[in-house]
Amino acid sequence: MEFKELVVEKLKKNFGESVKEVSDFRNDLSVTIDSNKIIDVAKFLKEDSELEFVMCKDVTAIDWATRKNRFTVVYHVYSYKNNFTLRLKSNITEDPPRIDTVSSIWPSANWYERETFDMYGITFNNHPDLRRMYMPEGFQYHPLRKEFPVLGIPGSLPLPEKI
Amino acid sequence: MGLEAKLQQDGFITTTLDAIISWARKSSVWPMPMGISCCAIEMIAAADPKYDLARFGSEVMRFTPRQCDLMIVAGTVTYKMAQVVRRIYDQMPEPKWVIAMGACTSSGGMYRSYSVVQGIDQFLPVDVYTAGCPPRPENLINAVMTIQQKISKTKARDFQDKPIIEPVTSNN
Repeated sequence: MEFKELVVEKLKKNFGESVKEVSDFRNDLSVTIDSNKIIDVAKFLKEDSELEFVMCKDVTAIDWATRKNRFTVVYHVYSYKNNFTLRLKSNITEDPPRIDTVSSIWPSANWYERETFDMYGITFNNHPDLRRMYMPEGFQYHPLRKEFPVLGIPGSLPLPEKI
Repeated sequence: MGLEAKLQQDGFITTTLDAIISWARKSSVWPMPMGISCCAIEMIAAADPKYDLARFGSEVMRFTPRQCDLMIVAGTVTYKMAQVVRRIYDQMPEPKWVIAMGACTSSGGMYRSYSVVQGIDQFLPVDVYTAGCPPRPENLINAVMTIQQKISKTKARDFQDKPIIEPVTSNN
């Protein structure tokens, strides 16, 4: 059995209905899962002796603007043992945009989740240190949301006084 | 034979204090290398033996603002970084000059974006703008020479009332 099929089969066997969608586009395997199950799935992927997805390479999000489930949180996880990258996705609604943190499972997700919080305003429940990553503290907006103008909002970022 | 000709024979020259002070000042302009992004690489190249900024007395890059006369802002200044740039500028003793090196620093350049200051002259008094993305080392040297010309026109009393270090007022 190919490793890809093994991953999908194991996920479906253990999480059943929570696995919403599986796609294999250009040899990249993506699995969409229920946002409530993200911790369980993450733990399983990391700790299963055949899978061993021990490394979290990236956490980011997509803003779909008009969809009912406005945001998709995307995780890229990697297994050294099998030399394989898996993309995990989870759709969440806009109000409020919340999902559990996976930083307790993959510590590298800590800063990725801070970045995603900064840019999209997605709250990661139980995150140990959910501060902004790039923008100054006290900034009101989330720049990568679709309604945010590229040129910014005048006066939202303070400058030193002109000499 | 006049007095001046006589003095020159003996190894003396006559001049004004303003001329000699501004000559001394312009011949040892110590830069503060505010290297924020890719322009910094060209700034380093300008100081290396090939381009040799030392010919103009500006090779002494000081990494403490308290020993500098000239701030070379080399790179994209974000709103977050602007507070830092200004704080470092405030710590430089008077008299001081500023070169805005490259397109980003002068006008925001290609970063027409929410996070980038569209020209550092919004919060710093810029003396020389340098074109280029990034500017060639020759271009930076030209900017330093322009600063030197500017300094040579100054008089010692121009700076006598300026405070040495202005108090920093920042909300960060």
